[in-house]
Amino acid sequence: MTEAVATPAAGNAATAQPETMAWDSKARRMVMLYLPLACFLIILLFPFYWMTLTAFKPNAELFDYKTYNPFWISSPTLDHIRHLLFNTAYPRWLVTTMTVAVCSTFISLIASTLAAYAIQRLRFKGSQYVGLAIYLAYLVPPSIQFIPLATMVYQLGLFDSPMALILTYPTFLIPFCTWLLIGYFKSIPYELEECALIDGATRLQILRQITLPLAVPGLISAGIFSFTLSWNEFIYALAFIQSSESKTVPVAILTELVSGDVYQWGALMAGSLLGSLPVAIFYSFFVDYYVSSLTGAVKE
Amino acid sequence: MSATTAAAWSRTRQEPNWLVRLFEWKPFLVIACLLPAVGLLTVFLTYPLGLGIWLAFTDTTIGRRGIWVGLENFEYLLEDPLWWNAVFYSVFYTGVATVGKFALGLWLALLLNNHMPFKSLLRAIILLPWIVPTVLSAIAFWWIYDPQFSIISFLLVDILGVRSTNIDFLGSAWPARWSLIAANVWRGIPFVAISLLAGLQTISPSLYEAALLDGSTAWQRFRYITFPMLLPILAIVMTFSIIFTFTDFQLVYAITRGGPVNSTHLLATLAFQRGIPGGQLGEGAAIAVSMIPFLVFATLFSYFGLARRKWQQGEGND
Repeated sequence: MTEAVATPAAGNAATAQPETMAWDSKARRMVMLYLPLACFLIILLFPFYWMTLTAFKPNAELFDYKTYNPFWISSPTLDHIRHLLFNTAYPRWLVTTMTVAVCSTFISLIASTLAAYAIQRLRFKGSQYVGLAIYLAYLVPPSIQFIPLATMVYQLGLFDSPMALILTYPTFLIPFCTWLLIGYFKSIPYELEECALIDGATRLQILRQITLPLAVPGLISAGIFSFTLSWNEFIYALAFIQSSESKTVPVAILTELVSGDVYQWGALMAGSLLGSLPVAIFYSFFVDYYVSSLTGAVKE
Repeated sequence: MSATTAAAWSRTRQEPNWLVRLFEWKPFLVIACLLPAVGLLTVFLTYPLGLGIWLAFTDTTIGRRGIWVGLENFEYLLEDPLWWNAVFYSVFYTGVATVGKFALGLWLALLLNNHMPFKSLLRAIILLPWIVPTVLSAIAFWWIYDPQFSIISFLLVDILGVRSTNIDFLGSAWPARWSLIAANVWRGIPFVAISLLAGLQTISPSLYEAALLDGSTAWQRFRYITFPMLLPILAIVMTFSIIFTFTDFQLVYAITRGGPVNSTHLLATLAFQRGIPGGQLGEGAAIAVSMIPFLVFATLFSYFGLARRKWQQGEGND
């Protein structure tokens, strides 16, 4: 730093060296930072670009790389999307997925807010063990649960109904949300609640009027995360749902659109694109909450 | 004066009814608050976990209640080459994909930790692969890995001229295995990078300044400051990554469904294939249960990672 301040006074001969050094570090920065970063970006985004491109490409271009440039569309078409929306049950699948995601998010938000409040604020004997148990519940992966759950769902008479998904999704949403919200409640000063207690507020009033308004960012994070996780869920939906019309989007694309030996890549990609859009749009509105909840959950 | 106001105040305050008093009684309040979460988790998580372990010791099939057969399912699995194959590929898949994800993810996190324009936008874009439903991006990979119209083959054969034939990504065992690992790494990088970036940002710059004054090299700063400070968060993220990679289902089911010739079955996809379409619920449950020892191992890893964290911070200020 001191060198940079001193050089202008020293004259032309002296300025030459720092400038070449600056250029050198710029080139170095280019190679060490921007070049790898650009490679990462290209690789991470290419599948989406390819998905979008395929969704709007006419079949003639799709299977002919020699005459058409595969990285561009010369005559974009909406055929695949039209096929998807009017010849398949795609709109229904979207509605089912949306309903399941919204309902299970709602259930798990309520349950985990209450649980997190009890664990973090009511401070009863053994509260940290309940917290630990809920943390451990997050480590139980759906892959070892789907077979017993399938028999349970069948016995409860919920097989093939979206209700089965609405009830089972909270099992992996509640641990995550509770965990996230415990962290948020921890950051709210306890003195605020004490003041309210002295003023004669009941516990439920405190929760509703003081803690919850202050925990809104946490609630939004937990909500959008739950929504995304239930939108993405696959194995339960695959195991519990049989009939075509009550499938969720990820399952339906894989089981209903893949037919025979000739894959309709255009329709498949259009379906994937449309299925990703709601989450992607949701994501673009709440990016900061996603990042903070992801990093907050890891740090907790 | 003060006596009259106090009396007026106490008159306006009504005796709370029994419901309000019930909710003021702490034990009841605690139970009422915990009931929805604990109830749901017990019924749909703990009970199925026990039920799954019980099913693993029975010969239940779809539509028929099974009887206790003891260790028969597991004895059968130990002689089943397909199960051994799935164990091998699950471990291989988890090992290679975790190393790949963490090496590349750490690199990306270190890159993103520099000052540059549009940093938050960049961070948002990078998380995209993790947000989009796995199955849907897996289908995109399936298309990218198409034997005839793969864009990678096109690049290598027609543009770069490195190869003379198309790569048969999913047609034979080893290429299919590596292709799936590549797709898993692709999906895992953002999560690792963003979590580690959060860890990097908590490292105090004064440590680096002190090291610079002592004449350290870039490698030394990474080796003796960044890496040890990052270790606690690295341990947690890695545990999660290992657990969810080992029990992965979606990616393999969407791209290869265990093929070609059952060479890419993970334990989860094998359990699904035997249990749901195959109808052998008992055997499927046994395969699922055989994943548990690995998961317990990973959880213990997480526990010791956390224990180390308190030790590193010196005092219990967390």
